[in-house]
Amino acid sequence: MSEIQANQKNGRLADVLGGHLEKILGEWMREMNSTTRRSDLIKESDLRAECSHFLHLVTQANQSDGTNFQSPGFDIVRDLLTEISRSRSQKGFKPSETATFVFSLKRPLFNEIQSQHKGDAESMAAEIWGLNELLDAMGLYTMEVFLKSREEIVRRQQEELLELSTPVVKLWDGILALPIIGTLDSARTQVVMESLLQAIVDTNSRVAIIDITGVPTVDTVVAQHLLKTVTAARLMGADCIISGVRPQIAQTIVHLGINLLDVTTKSTLAAAFSLALHRLGITFSRDTVKS
Amino acid sequence: MEKIPILKMGDFLLVTIQVDMHDRLAMALQDDLTRAISKTDARGVLIDISTLEIVDSFIGRMLSNIAAMSRVLDAETVVVGMQPAVAITLVELGLSLPGVRTALNVDAGMELLRASVNANKEMYGSRLH
Repeated sequence: MSEIQANQKNGRLADVLGGHLEKILGEWMREMNSTTRRSDLIKESDLRAECSHFLHLVTQANQSDGTNFQSPGFDIVRDLLTEISRSRSQKGFKPSETATFVFSLKRPLFNEIQSQHKGDAESMAAEIWGLNELLDAMGLYTMEVFLKSREEIVRRQQEELLELSTPVVKLWDGILALPIIGTLDSARTQVVMESLLQAIVDTNSRVAIIDITGVPTVDTVVAQHLLKTVTAARLMGADCIISGVRPQIAQTIVHLGINLLDVTTKSTLAAAFSLALHRLGITFSRDTVKS
Repeated sequence: MEKIPILKMGDFLLVTIQVDMHDRLAMALQDDLTRAISKTDARGVLIDISTLEIVDSFIGRMLSNIAAMSRVLDAETVVVGMQPAVAITLVELGLSLPGVRTALNVDAGMELLRASVNANKEMYGSRLH
């Protein structure tokens, strides 16, 4: 693009908007309402304020830096778009609805250009192309921010899940239980192992029960992880019992040829608990019920 | 050169590792301990590693060697107070120390030693009487 052309382009949007800002704003709002009406998520007045602020900033940036979205003049526009996109992804807007915020501006702007360039097809085409590029860049940027903020939410939830999913429960003085729910992968096993071993030290427990009722499948990797945890606990001087082995899982373990012979396994947590009490030399007896 | 002290307590020997283990120290301990077992006719060895924070495969193998040697000299070995990080490291190194008995702390370890010595006495009669 030659300098003259670039200069010509500069400020064109300001020309287009000129005194028609209110009119374009109105058309834009109508356009948005007809395609993606989410009056349940954002108030009409808020949306209008957002749009008008956006138009002002774009006009400003356009006057200094033309239609080059990457230039520093557009920093303020990018900041505003980031803010809008982020807040929408949090409010629960769909990706297309968020992108439409920018794309629905096309029709009102192009209409305005058309009416201003009656008869001059060449300059109209150049004008439309320049604006089109700018709007596309802004739309794509909105989507990028939208996705990024969604990814942040997913990542945060993953971390929270990891912390939530490893509660070590004290069942009795000297007996711990670790109910595992969900699939065991390497990262999770590390957390599970560390929190169990730390709890063994903290509570001075001699028996730890790992309950795998909530583990959907046991493959060689999961079995490997379990064995490691059991061995580490044994090295520290605590006995490990694996409970909650369902019939299908027992079959899988044997079919896979996994050797769990050195590990005490029980089918239910109750059975494991009773064995743990027995190992600690604790016995219970039922009182005769007094009537 | 620093040395790891070996204390005699009744029928048992007490070893508390309170410094960073390096290879030469480990070899010296192995030497001293086997000599002490045969000299004192000890029935059990208790090794406290609660302050040990770093292990490598050499130290891991040494622990298991010491246990095996003690068994040959007719003494039980109990390793007590292993830190979680140490346990995880040993497991990841593939050293599960199969012949070594373990306990949470010195109390539990002594209890274990006494129980196993008593069981032996019942089975084979006492060496001492």
